[in-house]
Amino acid sequence: MSTAIDHPEYNYKVVRQFAIMTVVWGIVGMAAGVFIAAQLAWPALNFDTPWLSFGRLRPLHTNAVIFAFGGCALFATSYYIVQRTCRTRLFSDTLASFTFWGWNLVIVLAAITLPMGITSAKEYAELEWPIDILVALVWVAYVINFLGTLAIRKEKHIYVANWFFAAFMIMIAILYIGNSLAVPVSLTKSYSIYAGTIDAMVQWWWGHNAVGFFLTAGFLGIMYYFVPKQAGRPVYSYRLSIVHFWALISIYVWAGAHHLHYSALPDWAQTSGMVMSLILLAPSWGGMINGMMTLSGAWHKLRTDPVLRFLVVSLSFYGMSTFEGPMMSIKTVNALSHNTDWTIGHVHSGALGWVAMVSIGAMYHLIPVMFGRKASDMYSQGLINVHFWLATIGTVFYIVAMWVNGIMQGLMWRAVNDDGTLTYSFVESVEASYPGYVGRVIGGALFLLGMLVMAYNVYMTVRVAKKEQADAALAQA
Amino acid sequence: MDINDVRGLGSVFALAAMLGIFWWAYGSSRKQRFDEDAEIPFLDDDDGSVYDDKDRSK
Repeated sequence: MSTAIDHPEYNYKVVRQFAIMTVVWGIVGMAAGVFIAAQLAWPALNFDTPWLSFGRLRPLHTNAVIFAFGGCALFATSYYIVQRTCRTRLFSDTLASFTFWGWNLVIVLAAITLPMGITSAKEYAELEWPIDILVALVWVAYVINFLGTLAIRKEKHIYVANWFFAAFMIMIAILYIGNSLAVPVSLTKSYSIYAGTIDAMVQWWWGHNAVGFFLTAGFLGIMYYFVPKQAGRPVYSYRLSIVHFWALISIYVWAGAHHLHYSALPDWAQTSGMVMSLILLAPSWGGMINGMMTLSGAWHKLRTDPVLRFLVVSLSFYGMSTFEGPMMSIKTVNALSHNTDWTIGHVHSGALGWVAMVSIGAMYHLIPVMFGRKASDMYSQGLINVHFWLATIGTVFYIVAMWVNGIMQGLMWRAVNDDGTLTYSFVESVEASYPGYVGRVIGGALFLLGMLVMAYNVYMTVRVAKKEQADAALAQA
Repeated sequence: MDINDVRGLGSVFALAAMLGIFWWAYGSSRKQRFDEDAEIPFLDDDDGSVYDDKDRSK
């Protein structure tokens, strides 16, 4: 397979911009996470300042890691993949530029308004209505640009990664706009058009699909391109990928009700949310196995390729957290896990182990290409390996601390004496959680340290690449 | 016919659609084209990435 195929010059500028910002926002978002984790261990760190209080910084952290770090990774990889697999330049450079500057403006506005306490109080949709409108405009531009590129493709078939990206962005447009519909009362305050239980259900219809489409379908698009590329072989089963796609996207939208077990939501809706969550195990593991088996016969590459290690370990965490999720959606299990740190542990095994690690692997693959080098030819392979171990150990540290805390909290809260009174007061469970909170700070700090190693490696790669190009230009002159 | 019949038909339709997707994806007449489609990421080799599918039986 060495026949070079003609293609027009791709728009790598926007990919380069988003790739660099992925690293930058990753560090910012994770640093905010480590800081608020430290606040839970040492509450004095809020310095008695409202802007630094946990309640305001926590949405800043979630928005920064999901939409700034994860979002930039999705923009960068989807623009990269759609051009290369369609062998055509992006539909519109102007729209591409608009999505980059618009998205980063959204992030800056979030970083200003959330610490000020300006929030709609909807989880993962905290931004107030003027910013929501900007998000919607940027997102629609993104959808038009992506689908427009598919429409002008030179390749007959639309590669499976693009199917996942298209589903992700169309569904996020519907869900984000649907959930954010609100009546503004001033520039910085609005009220949801939904009320009561319906508001809760709409919120978690969005909330769980932020996980299902933003953090899963989009990143599966990344997986279906970069795992085969880095392994040097096509995906294990293309036919399985088709079944995987349709099964995953048609089931995920029904699972959100599992966030509202034992609430005012009607019982049948809770149970159907649980059943759909259990069914989700099948497509989730189908996709995970498809990615893993792509390495069958090439496992030895893991010994020498740290980028491939990132991608494959991310799939292991994906498999683990998509097993854990359905288990936690079972009502009786949820009775123990709900409102405990177990949920936080589950989210982070997915967010750090799967989303962050697959993104980091993809960035290490494409950033050198963006600066005229070979794929995954970073300045230092050794530093990628250091990053890999910091990320893996950090994730394990974090999730184990939260599992221990969560199960302990759940058991303490439900313990009753013979006379029916509670065995423990709430604050006793908080006190018992202290070692786990410190463990989480350590795990998060290790993960953040890995991102700093990455930033140095990226910086040096760009420097070396620029020097190489200057030398090459000099040699030609 | 009341709303519950429509709900039941919805389940039947979803099952039929899923079986249809399985049939379409795994039909032997489409095996070759899907094997070719899986190669799309490797058509562009200007990124210097390697491709080694030698040891894999098709």
